Parts: sequence; C-alpha cells; structure tokens
Amino acid sequence: MATRLQFENNCDIGVFSKLTNAYCMVAIGGSESFYSVFESELSGVIPVVKTSIAGTRIVGRLCAGNKNGLLLPHTTTDQELQHLRNSLPDQVVVQRIEEKLSALGNCIACNDHVALTHTDLDRETEEIIADVLGVEVFRQTIAGNILVGSFCSLSNRGGLVHPHTSIEDLDELSTLLQVPLVAGTVNRGSEVIAAGMIVNDWTAFCGSDTTATELSVIESVFKLRDSQPSVIVDEMRKSLIDSYV
Amino acid sequence: MAQDAGMFMVHQTIGSVLCCKCGIRMQPNAANMCVKCLRSEVDITEGLLKRLVLVHCPECESYLQPPRTWVKLQLESKELLTFCLKKLQKNMNINKVKLVNAEFIWTEPHSKRVKVKVSVQKEVYNGAILEQSYLVEYVQQDHMCESCSRVAANPDQWVAAVQLRQHVSHRRTFYYLEQLILRHGAAARAVRIKQMDHGIDFYFSNRSHGNKFVEFIGKVAPVKSRSDKQLVSHDSKSNNYNYKYTFSVEISPICREDLICLPPKAAAILGNIGPIVVCTKVTNSIALLDPLTLKFGFLDAEQYWRTSFKSLLTSRQLVEYIVFDIEPVSSEITVGGTKYVLADAQVARVSDFGSNDTQFSIRTHLGHLLKPGDHALGYDLYGANTNDMELDRYKGYIPEVVLIKKSYEEKRQKKRAKARSWKLKSLNMEVDDKIKVDEDKRDAEYEHFLKDLEENPELRFNISLYQNKDYQPSEVASVTEDDGEPIPSVPDDELLAANLLAAEFDDLDLIEDGDGEDNMAE
Repeated sequence: MATRLQFENNCDIGVFSKLTNAYCMVAIGGSESFYSVFESELSGVIPVVKTSIAGTRIVGRLCAGNKNGLLLPHTTTDQELQHLRNSLPDQVVVQRIEEKLSALGNCIACNDHVALTHTDLDRETEEIIADVLGVEVFRQTIAGNILVGSFCSLSNRGGLVHPHTSIEDLDELSTLLQVPLVAGTVNRGSEVIAAGMIVNDWTAFCGSDTTATELSVIESVFKLRDSQPSVIVDEMRKSLIDSYV
Repeated sequence: MAQDAGMFMVHQTIGSVLCCKCGIRMQPNAANMCVKCLRSEVDITEGLLKRLVLVHCPECESYLQPPRTWVKLQLESKELLTFCLKKLQKNMNINKVKLVNAEFIWTEPHSKRVKVKVSVQKEVYNGAILEQSYLVEYVQQDHMCESCSRVAANPDQWVAAVQLRQHVSHRRTFYYLEQLILRHGAAARAVRIKQMDHGIDFYFSNRSHGNKFVEFIGKVAPVKSRSDKQLVSHDSKSNNYNYKYTFSVEISPICREDLICLPPKAAAILGNIGPIVVCTKVTNSIALLDPLTLKFGFLDAEQYWRTSFKSLLTSRQLVEYIVFDIEPVSSEITVGGTKYVLADAQVARVSDFGSNDTQFSIRTHLGHLLKPGDHALGYDLYGANTNDMELDRYKGYIPEVVLIKKSYEEKRQKKRAKARSWKLKSLNMEVDDKIKVDEDKRDAEYEHFLKDLEENPELRFNISLYQNKDYQPSEVASVTEDDGEPIPSVPDDELLAANLLAAEFDDLDLIEDGDGEDNMAE
C-alpha cells in the first residue's frame, strides 16, 4: 500500500528518508507531520530513527543499507554513527566506509539479496558491501546512467527503473536481480525514481505529485496490493465458492 | 563511436512506459507524459498574439508598415505572409517559442479578415519540445494612404515638373528621346506627360523622380537646366513646407547632320578645325567633323553652352546632288566608330542635272560611300542665303557644297510605301488642343525619323524595335534588288525577341507569338 507525502513541500522524499525491512531513517527538521506519517505506518513493526548524516538532511542519498547492515560515508560524524548504532536493531551492522564516492545512496541500489553498484566504485568497497550487507554485488548501468542508486528502486519483490531503459537492459537486470522489473516514472513523470519514492517488502511511500497511474504501477510491481486484507479474503472466498458448487 | 571501433553493441529496443497521467502505453519521452496529456497540461500559445490589425489602403491595395511606409501586397501571397509573420516575431521571441510553419486559411475577401494558421514549438518540462498550431486573425482596417488621398483630393496635383525644350523647327530629337525614354523606362513615374510647342512637359509626384529624370536626360543629350521652387503651403506649427518644383531643361539646338559655322572661340577649343563643320553625332556631347580635313572635335554640354552657337543650315535645307566622279584622296580613317575617306568629287544638283551644266568640284568626307552615279544629299552653300554673322566675318575658303549622306530616295520611290517589318512604341502623351498641329508635317517628320533609323545602325543602338505583326514577308520577296545595293533595312536579329521587356509591352507583338492587338499610335 503506497502513501503519498511531502517533506517541507518537496516531493522528493527519497532524498530525506531511507526505508528497509528492518528500520527506517528520517531526516531531522521539517514538520513533525513527515515523521508522523512514518510513525503511523511503521511504528511497532520497525524502528523509525531521526538522524542526520554528515550534518545534512539528505540521509536517503548518503547511505545504503538493507536488513543486514547499513553503510555510511566517511563524512559521517562520530556522534551520528554512535546514535545510529544505538537506535538501530542489533542485528544491523552499521559500518562507516572510506569511499571517494560519498553519496552511497546514489551509487548503490540494493535489496536483501543482491546489489547494483556504480561502475567506478572501489574494489574494497565492493567487498565491504558484500560482507556487511550480505549481498551479491553487480556493477551495472541503468539506461546508460552510472548512478544506479538514483535511477532504480529495489525491494525483495520487484523493482522500478528509469523509464528510458531498453527492453534488453530490463531483461538483463531482471535476470541479475532475480526480481520482476518495470520501467516507469514517479512524481508526475520524474525519471529519478529513488529520489521520489522509498519502498520495502510491504509498504511504499511516494512524493505527493505521483499520479494515480504511477501509483498503480508501483503497487503492482512491488506487489503491495496483495498484502491488503480484502484481497486475501476475496481469494479465499473464490476457493470456498468453488467447493460449494 | 564505439560501434565504429568494432565493439559489439547490443541492439537496444526502447520499451514502453505508462503515461503518468492517463496510463496509456507510450514510448518514454522527456516529460514521460503522452502528447495529449502534455497538451492539456501546457498551452504553449498562451501569451502569444492572436488578433492583430492590418491597415490597408483600398485604392492602391497596399498595407501600412509603421511608421509611414506603404507596401503593395496581394492577398494570399508569400509577401503578405512574411509581412504578417513579422508582426508576430517580437512577441514570439519574448515568449521563447519558435515558429515552425505558417499558412493562410482562406477567408472571403470582403470579410476584411486574414487568417493565418501558425505552428510553433516550445520547450517544456525538461527538454520535451511541444509543437502546437493555432490561428491568428488579422483584422483589415481601411485607411487611405497619403499618396492616394492626395490624388483623390486633387487629381491634377503634381509636385515636380520637368519642361524639356529644344528651339528648333523640327521634332526629330523628341521622337528619338521618346524611344530612349521608353527603352529605359525613365518616365515610368511620371504622373502626366504633355506635348508642348517646341518640347514636352513631364509631371511627377515627387521631386526626386523629377530630378532623376533630369539626370537621365542630361546623360543622353547636351542640356542646360535650372530648377526653381514655388511655395504651395506652409504649416507653421510643424514647420512643414510644401513646394512645387520646376526644372527647365533646354536641349542644344544642334542636331545630327547640321552644318555649323563655328565662332572663333569654339574653333579654338576644338583645335582650330575649319569653321564649316558637320555635326555627326549628338549624345551628351556633340561630335563635329570638318569635312575638308577629316578632323573632328567633341564639345560636351558645358562647353557648348559657354559658346552657344546656332547651326548654319539644318536638314530641312538638304539638297539632292548626283555624283559624277569620285576620287579618294586619303586612306580610310575611322572617327568614333565610323569610317570616312576624304575624296574629291564632281557633283551637280539634281535640279540642275539635265537643265544646265553647273557642276561643282568639291572635297567630301564620304569617299567610302559614294560611287559615280549615286545620289547624295548635301548643303548648297553656293546658292544658300544665310544670315550668319560668323560666316560673313570669315575670310578664308568656304566650300560650295558639303555632302552629308547618301540618298536612297530613288530606290525608295521604286518600292513605294510598303509596310516595315518593325515598329515602335510611343509614350502616352497629352496633346495641347490650343496649339495648331500640322498633321501632314508631323507625319512627314515621323516618316523621316523612321527612315533615319533604318539607315543608321548606331541610332538604333539604344532603341527597342518590335516586330510588326502585319508585315507580310511574302510581298517583299520580290524585292531583291537588281540595281546594286538594297536599300537599308533593319535586320531581323535586331528586332526584339520575347525578352524581359515583353512583359510590359504586352500590347505589341514580339518575335515568338504575339498576344495583343497591333495598336501603335502614330
């Protein structure tokens, strides 16, 4: 089920937040309503952590993580690192890495099993990613763009990529990632997918400019609709009626 | 690129995405919206002019180009389209739209509307270029332009007048000038042309047109001109003065084939050539030839008017002579394109021939043309009664006869008047009723002029001749003369073929196929 929201009147919520299956990180500042939307959806299930990274609010684009771990750029301060280690669950390994490309969110797109990275990432970083996040790493481009983290949004059930991705590329990526992929847009035709939306296995959040069409595409590719209770009941009813007749 | 370098490139098929607004499948574009949704979102014609005013003068079908120029334009023409689009251009540049295509939509001419369908392109959203066409309506407002209102207020209004005069007793010069003017279109801007005694008046609506005409005449004839202006009205607030300008142009009375006795001052300028000279050519300078010594001189307009002399004898006083004997004295000399040979000749007047024995032994410059038995035209100084003071003062030798040209009268009379194979156009002149016009004299003069044209190829140089549709060549087939040379006639290749001038002169027939009546005014 996808929710539409805004951060300080800006529809690029993927810039100011990060969502995984185990935790959610949100930027400080802005109105409490941004935070409260996440709270209302996720509280009780996973922790919602307010933080900054390197003193900035663009937490979504600076860090990369999944349920196994979280990678932070070298510009993260010690206090932030400590705060995150305290707030996140124990099984999440928080690691600060020395990497020239410090906007890790733009360079790495990952789910719990596989990750796509920027082609120019260091070899050591690649090993650390494989270690900390527990994923298989592939260097790839999306629609000719090297910032894979910006132009694609991944969950364990599906992925949404840049709209100009060719069919051959989609097929190749799909086989690598082992999830169904769709080329689409978010926030009324914006091509920067990861900036406009955040997603995990059961919920997604999009910028408020997202049209109904885009929302339906997102819900279908990430299989969010099926988690609605009404759908489950309908399926059950179908099987029951069958047996009646 | 990479492909040229031999790298293997996978063929990329563009996938399809859903339009973010309406959800239909489409190829991804910069806005990621289908064209219809994009059009509904953005109207790139917002802020562009859709309704404009064209000021039109109904009399002369011209449109106002601010601030003051009027351009003549046809409806539904390319020029009108350019004119209309120019008005939109500035507005488009401000709105950053690019004009791609424009065409007229047909409207009734009396609806006073001109509709233009314009296609424009503009960049929207982030790189997507949208093209849209819209209709611009021009309302035609009627407003008489200044020149038409001036004409309507007073049709005989003129601003500049050129009075061309030549004080001689014949009109040959004016016939020749008329043909020159027609050829060069110098009188195209004249409002009115009026034939006067001893000259022609040209009226123009603009001083510069009159000035241009005067300069044109100055290039083709030796003239002296002066100009004056007369105040017509005066606006003291804006300090606008309206004048009528008059140019008085006087052409020198010396004509071709005139005999002149040079006053000593003029002779001195020309290197002391003999006082009796023949004028051989008049353009903007006068060419004089001494028939006894074959020396020549040129006087340009300024020099002539400083020592203004009149001719002694004019072509009216030419007398026919018959040549008995001719003996070249000098070799062939070329003067200004024409050949002359000095020769001694024995001649007698045709009127004396047979009745008495008066013969003259003279020196002539026509040695190359004349043979014994030929007829020639010349001036009879022996028998003439001249009133010239210069001639009386001159103490030296005066020839008795000066031959001017060979005469073809005999041969012409044999032929009798036959239609010529060519004809001339004429200017549209008003004739002043008050002056008595001697029709026969006029016709004879004109006929003489045409004969002159036939005999002198150099005269024809600047004149347009047209083929005469009524000319029957078959009649003339029998005319291959057996008595020596044929009479001079205009060769066919000098007649104008269908060329650029054809478009204007469409009531005359030209070599290819004529399409009008033969209506030369004589």
